[in-house]
Amino acid sequence: MEGLALDVQDVTKTFPVAGLFGLLRPKGPSEQIIALAGVSLAVPRGEILGLLGPNGSGKSTLVRLIATLLIPDSGRILVFGHDAQREPREVRRLINRVSADAAFFKGLTAMENLLFTARLYGLSGRTARRRTLEILARLGLEGQSLHRPLEQLSRGMQQKVAIARAFLTSPVLLLLDEPTTGLDPYSRREVQQFILEVRTDHDASVLLTTHAMEEAERLSDRIAIIAEGRIVACDTPTGLKERFRLNGHLPTLEEVFLALTGRAFELEERCGC
Amino acid sequence: MRLLRELRAAYAFIERNFNLVKRYWGWELVWLTYSIVEALAITYLGAGIEAITGQRVDTAYLILYLLVGTLVWAYLATVFDGLSEAISWERWEGTIEYTLMAPVSRLTHLLGTTAFTIAYGLVRTLLILAVVALFFQIDLGRANLTGAILVLLGGSLSFIGLGIFAAVLPLLFPERGEQMSYAVQALILLISGIYYPIEVLPPWLQRLAALSPATYALQGMRAALLEGELIPALAGYLLPLVLMGLILIPCGLIAFSLGERYAKRTGKLKRSG
Repeated sequence: MEGLALDVQDVTKTFPVAGLFGLLRPKGPSEQIIALAGVSLAVPRGEILGLLGPNGSGKSTLVRLIATLLIPDSGRILVFGHDAQREPREVRRLINRVSADAAFFKGLTAMENLLFTARLYGLSGRTARRRTLEILARLGLEGQSLHRPLEQLSRGMQQKVAIARAFLTSPVLLLLDEPTTGLDPYSRREVQQFILEVRTDHDASVLLTTHAMEEAERLSDRIAIIAEGRIVACDTPTGLKERFRLNGHLPTLEEVFLALTGRAFELEERCGC
Repeated sequence: MRLLRELRAAYAFIERNFNLVKRYWGWELVWLTYSIVEALAITYLGAGIEAITGQRVDTAYLILYLLVGTLVWAYLATVFDGLSEAISWERWEGTIEYTLMAPVSRLTHLLGTTAFTIAYGLVRTLLILAVVALFFQIDLGRANLTGAILVLLGGSLSFIGLGIFAAVLPLLFPERGEQMSYAVQALILLISGIYYPIEVLPPWLQRLAALSPATYALQGMRAALLEGELIPALAGYLLPLVLMGLILIPCGLIAFSLGERYAKRTGKLKRSG
């Protein structure tokens, strides 16, 4: 569809509990973990869509599916019109991802790790070094820390390098899976500001999962709430709050989140986004 | 343009692996020392055989026989390890998702890894040879070095194929795939006549030996280095090696692709996935 950065169409994903190539795998539906049960959502170009949900609700599974790291049981995922299953390399060129765990070769320096990523995406060493320095300076990480092994950097510094890795390849769709986990409030602010700048300056679209309500509210144009593998609500932050206005009291986003996720859902109860 | 991008991506693996060797130089030194001592111990077995049996044997020939076995195995095992650990290492560091979501073909990924592994294996084996040469008088006066290099290249091809096959195991069996590749390597060591002629094996193991590329690599190397056989006489070893390589490499790539797909379908790419 024109103008859509991301189009997730009725995606279902289950994981087997155990088994060897399916031979010993229990066949009953109760023996499978249903991670996503018919999720649909669309992110127009340039939008930041926040995805909120309790632990185990399917947020990271959805991000991995979009990142071509998982294959859906059914449904389609289109990134700027490219099918994630049929054209994975085209999709990979357009996306990048930050997850909560800063996964690196911890014995290598930040610069060495980032050079590796940059070369995988076809950048020359010179371009990669220049961009790395720019991005990390913007995130407040400079000097000798770039040339120390990652294992010698703090958790927050490692997360900033992880964020730099994603931005280094100039993705037009960013998958931010709890990107500010482990950052102090000051650094969190810097990263949030950087995300907003990237959206404006580079016309990037963002799918953001987070447990921080104020972060979701500050960054997101719209917020989708996912529970038990289903999107149960999707609206602007204000729109969501308005839905739960009671006796003139406008609830906080956290109250809306608790109201929507703190109960069991009927199988049919889901909505698109 | 596309070729340049692929070359940069292949170089990314070479540079990263080189950086890892540089970073963990202490580990490399210990491992090299172990390999040198092992090579010396095995070669001294040849030197001591007269004293053990009390009978006259051609000790110089026996030393060279064992040394060729030790060095060729050190090289082939390094090639096998380098490739088979391509996935398990990344799983261990947690980077596998980032590497597999980069827009890089698996062929490029494995080519880069192979190029580094072959260079690393050659340097390592030459270092072992240089040290062992200080302890024993090695007479290569009759050797056909060109033929030996050709046989080694042929052996490399087949071991690249085997290594790619073994690299699939951690994708299929996250908990024990790496250990399974060690078992495969141990079986090849047993049946391929590394330290003894395969004729001493029971007939059923000799039939298995005929399927191992290491058997032809070892016999070819010994024929070239010990007997000075010319290239036409080495064809009997070269042809099966090249043929096995031509079968094993594409089959390994197909198996890898199927393994990757299986891991993405079942969520085995990442342990917490």
